[in-house]
Amino acid sequence: MLSFLVRRLFGGSLVIFVTVTLVFFSVFVLANPVDVLMSNTTDPAEREAAIARLGLDRPVFEQYFHFLWNAAHGDFGNSFVYGKPAVEVIAERLPATLELGLLAIAASVIIGVPLGFVAGMKPQSPFSKAIMTGSIFGFSVPYFWAGLMLISVFAVQLNWLPSGGRGPTTSFVGLNWSLTSLEGLSYLVMPALTLALYKISLIVRVTETSARTVNRQDYVRTAHARGVPPARVAVVHVFKNAILPVITVLGIEFGTIIAYSVSVETVFSYPGMGKLLIDSVINSDRPVIIAYVCMTSFIFVTANFLVDLIYAVLDPRVRQSISGT
Amino acid sequence: MAKTTHRRLAALALSATLAGLPVSGLAEDLKLGLMAPATTLDPHFTNAGQNLALSAHFFDTLVTTDADGKFIPGLAESWKIIDDTTWEFRLREAQFSDGTPLTAEDVKWSINRPATIKSSTASLTIYTKAIAKMEIVDDRTLRVITEKPYPLLLPDLSNIAILSKKAADGLLTEDFRTGKGVVGTGPYELVSYDPENRVVMKANDDFWGGKPDWDNVELRFLPNDSARLSALLSGNVDAIENVPSTALASLRSNAAFSVEEKTSYRFVFLFLDSGRETTPGAMANDGSALDSNPLADVRVRQAINLAINRDAIAARLMEGLAHPTTNIVLKSMDGYVDALQPTYDPERAKELLAEAGYPEGFRLNFHATNNRLMNDAKVSQAVAQMLTRVGIRTTLDSVPFSVITTRYSQGEISSAMMSWPVPTSEASFPFRALIACADKERGWGLVNWGHYCNPELDAMMAEALTVMEPAKRADALEAAVAVIGAEMPIVPLYFQVSTWAARDGINIAARADERTSARIFSTSE
Repeated sequence: MLSFLVRRLFGGSLVIFVTVTLVFFSVFVLANPVDVLMSNTTDPAEREAAIARLGLDRPVFEQYFHFLWNAAHGDFGNSFVYGKPAVEVIAERLPATLELGLLAIAASVIIGVPLGFVAGMKPQSPFSKAIMTGSIFGFSVPYFWAGLMLISVFAVQLNWLPSGGRGPTTSFVGLNWSLTSLEGLSYLVMPALTLALYKISLIVRVTETSARTVNRQDYVRTAHARGVPPARVAVVHVFKNAILPVITVLGIEFGTIIAYSVSVETVFSYPGMGKLLIDSVINSDRPVIIAYVCMTSFIFVTANFLVDLIYAVLDPRVRQSISGT
Repeated sequence: MAKTTHRRLAALALSATLAGLPVSGLAEDLKLGLMAPATTLDPHFTNAGQNLALSAHFFDTLVTTDADGKFIPGLAESWKIIDDTTWEFRLREAQFSDGTPLTAEDVKWSINRPATIKSSTASLTIYTKAIAKMEIVDDRTLRVITEKPYPLLLPDLSNIAILSKKAADGLLTEDFRTGKGVVGTGPYELVSYDPENRVVMKANDDFWGGKPDWDNVELRFLPNDSARLSALLSGNVDAIENVPSTALASLRSNAAFSVEEKTSYRFVFLFLDSGRETTPGAMANDGSALDSNPLADVRVRQAINLAINRDAIAARLMEGLAHPTTNIVLKSMDGYVDALQPTYDPERAKELLAEAGYPEGFRLNFHATNNRLMNDAKVSQAVAQMLTRVGIRTTLDSVPFSVITTRYSQGEISSAMMSWPVPTSEASFPFRALIACADKERGWGLVNWGHYCNPELDAMMAEALTVMEPAKRADALEAAVAVIGAEMPIVPLYFQVSTWAARDGINIAARADERTSARIFSTSE
């Protein structure tokens, strides 16, 4: 078990290191931040001074090692645009995205798993067919369209929900959260639903396929033959086994939501992290881009690691193979 | 259905308030949907429009601008020019939101502060560097002494917010995040700041300009056009800036909303690379290299000027939100030449090309942004087609702003569509940046992407900038702009029109300077 953990930890660090190195060198292909950020009328002398201050006059490799050294100490440099540490800039937007992502994931699990499971257990029933057809619809509707439709119905026509932006926030552990009030929550409903629409369909389809496959296994037939009550077969024999691939997908989807909810954030003008990444690329805000990629690869690696652990807990075979090595 | 319920509830609440409480005026609140979030509360950190617009709620400047860009008293109730380099400002009686009175010491300290901020990439020192020193005459009188005669001191000072020295001394830009240091003389006081999301403020009842129009103001940042529009339509905000041009017609015909527009001080123009011997983006029709740079010939530049149908662009592509021009300033500004009027004459353009030795035209690469200006992608396509029609086969490269600046630094730009503001309300500002010979020492021609250089014209402008007498300076500027009209170093297309929309019952004081704050909205009751 320990050697498994160590190997995963090492592998994960390597992934983060390689990603960050790739990104570091690719941002140099992007526009020169000085050209974008400097007011065009800035004094040439001041321009030179700023370039030197940002360390942009030094050779790429020197900048790279300087960056690695600082990053190892938890310092990703100051954002060129906001004039404060890049990590802080990202942390400020983290709660907004976490709230959105967690709500969307929760919705997709609560709605998607039961529906998918039912459809997988009884593939022939009209209800199951309706679910599966509906999931194709949820799958194919683009985010921006679904978002705009929700806005025009629930905000502009019915006036039930705010049309966009983020609700009022309260401060907790130094970060701003909007989940704490009903008003704050009301801002989250539509963007979370828009994000969840695709996730629900995805989870429905994965659960359905997985449940249908498991349902055909010999041990399920054996259980039925032994006279185990059908409800118990469904929960203990089918569900427990069918849920494993769903967890893998959820892990990946969670990372995706945190890092790449850009289109939903754009449609609702929601100040999350995806938008920060796009803005930073447009402004060539290198420290933020790099810190951002570093953080998202960390989230992906961690999510995958947790998925493996959950696997080990749920699946005795995996547990054995881990302790066997 | 839902609306009527809401109205009934509101009516109930209203009558309850009226019946139960002494009538002290109902709380008037304003929620404003803005396009770009300010990057910090520190008004001296960066020279960005959205930051300066936000700081105008909390802070005043010595001099400010009216809706047309004329410079009017702000915290300075009056000023006089003592000699060519000495200005004396008389401060009005005002107090900071913490109750301490404004003194000349606060003003002097605030004007010196931008130079102490080292981490800025767009420092406000460009507005303070002309100042050699400042002398405090008494608590309410300050003398500002410039190194040389400098007629643009007022425009410069209109960008420097006056902070309370007591509250902000020693604070770094990072410290402003919590609202520390945000102690000003302006109409509103900060309540809370949630970056990228919203800024909440309340009226400063001791404001020198009288009781502010709104008791509470909330700014919400809604960069997406349709999100901002639907926030207005759904009543989430009371007013918005930059109305999407496609929604203008329907908003105008809707009695529940009012729309205001005003020609802004930002003009869109074409850079033509006339200064280099050869230019990479101009080729013969068969793709082979040309012996010389066609754009160096003034007849070719004039042909391009005549080939563009600005009225069609304004009416069809910009929904009227463009004001065609061949000047580099607005009519109300110094240096406007009445004789320079846009003309569309493709036949004459073809003749000029033939006279210049290009009867069959040539090929031209044309760069434009696609994320920077209102409808820039569409307008640049139209320009490319209009040039192609007179024989200049134009290939458009529509790219994000960051890409275009990088291509320029690599020397790849032969022609480009860009924009420039005229915050000084006079012609030398765009001239010095865009047209003057590149001269790093003097800070002129820093954005001269056309590599144009005309020392005589430079001398005319430099001469104009030593004239302290306003009317004489305007004449000198006009003379220089007339030369620009004949030489066409850049081809002005139009001034952009800014728009605002609000729910019925709110008055909008539309402005030329693209800066939206609660100060431009008032109740019409």
